[in-house]
Amino acid sequence: MSELSNRSKDIGEFVPMPDDDMIVCRCEEVTKGEIRKAVHEGLWTIAEIRRYLRCGMGLCQGQTCAKLVKGIVARELKCSPALLEPATSRAPMRPTEMHVFADETEETDL
Amino acid sequence: MMTSDVIIIGAGIIGNACAYYLAKKGYKVTVLEKSDIIGNGGSSRNGGGVRQSGRDPRELPLAMYGIENLWPNLSEELGYDVEYHKKGNLRLGKTEAHLKTLKKLADSASACGLDVRMIDGDEVRQINPYLSKEVIGASWCPTDGHANPLKATLAYYMAARRLGATFITGEDVKCIKKIRGKARQVITQTDTYEGDYIVLAAGMASRAIAGTVGIDIPMVQKLIEALVTEAEPKMFEQMLGTAEADFYGHQTDHGSFVIGGSTGFELYKKDNGTPMNYSDTVPCICRGIIRYIPMLKDAKIVRAWAGWSDNMKDGVPVIDTVSEVPGLVLACGFTGHGFGIAPGVGTVVSQLIAGEEPVCDISGLKYDRFYAKDIKTA
Repeated sequence: MSELSNRSKDIGEFVPMPDDDMIVCRCEEVTKGEIRKAVHEGLWTIAEIRRYLRCGMGLCQGQTCAKLVKGIVARELKCSPALLEPATSRAPMRPTEMHVFADETEETDL
Repeated sequence: MMTSDVIIIGAGIIGNACAYYLAKKGYKVTVLEKSDIIGNGGSSRNGGGVRQSGRDPRELPLAMYGIENLWPNLSEELGYDVEYHKKGNLRLGKTEAHLKTLKKLADSASACGLDVRMIDGDEVRQINPYLSKEVIGASWCPTDGHANPLKATLAYYMAARRLGATFITGEDVKCIKKIRGKARQVITQTDTYEGDYIVLAAGMASRAIAGTVGIDIPMVQKLIEALVTEAEPKMFEQMLGTAEADFYGHQTDHGSFVIGGSTGFELYKKDNGTPMNYSDTVPCICRGIIRYIPMLKDAKIVRAWAGWSDNMKDGVPVIDTVSEVPGLVLACGFTGHGFGIAPGVGTVVSQLIAGEEPVCDISGLKYDRFYAKDIKTA
């Protein structure tokens, strides 16, 4: 339980801002306005934002935008960014071809 | 203490869909979720199949009703795009034994009125030219399809919340308490919630919670693992599965392929408190995919993940009221194929609570259908 547990808590209305068109996640082209709007629709965790908007799901896996997204969400929720858990990092560390995975049973000289 | 008409335990797609249809009927609903994240279990970790073929006849009416009546308009109804596509399901076979398995499933579904038939390898490749010559046949159900589970789960949540449903995250339910013979209170680590009805839709956690009012649901957990590729050019729109269950998946609107599979050890995985990928599963899924769709061998995998499914003894869920515990409604044990029937489940659960006749036959999904092996049932 935290101050963000009750999803009906009033966080105020969505107010459009002049820089809402700014792209925050470059890989998946997600804008600041889309992220802010999603918070007002009830998505209050980084995992939910990522699953709904795809920010941080592209080729860099959020290495560029994760902190920016967190800051935007925290400001919208009027809470400390420390309250927001980062989205789970997932294997593989870098995008890897299927045939490389599929060959794991083969002995190689690498 | 918070009082509502209905308390739902679990904010996965089942709990969220129940919340939506109940709120739409005017009920005051509170949803309790153990995780800090809405839809953090199987609802966000599955392959997105919205299919009827391959299902047990007992849950087929729910699947058919949903595909006929709910999925086609779901994006408009909820106000969020759930990326639903009704472009068919190919369940592929590579051996005569596979075809026999597929034919048996197709025959039992046909008997229930579903349009599903067996086709040969050439016809399979007319529908999907990327499939390899190893595929010698398939069952083909043109009205099956797929949707985006991440979006559908959150769409039900956002729509229910908009209708006034209250969602509390980080609330770990400890027990259900009866008052004067009726399930009435839900006790969490910090609070007590009271309602006229309690819907238990907490996946595998449902077993322990139901146990607090003396009801046992025979299910075990199974680790499901899946992966996603980077975006690829548009290739095909069908949902794919196999008789061997070595892979299943589809290409998303985004272009990526979401694919799941199995190694055969799913029932015997360790639970470290969080679902973790095993090192042998993604390689195994990749070998499966490459043999069916050789062109995908250079596709890059960007993420892999795992999740627990709640597997019922006989492979279909329990969706029922409980005569020993009036006020309790069970919706759990979906056995890894609950996503596609979630809209139907939400609808019938709202009807059970409203005292209406369920819109489709769920008589095969009762909680008291389990008997010891020496008891003869009619």
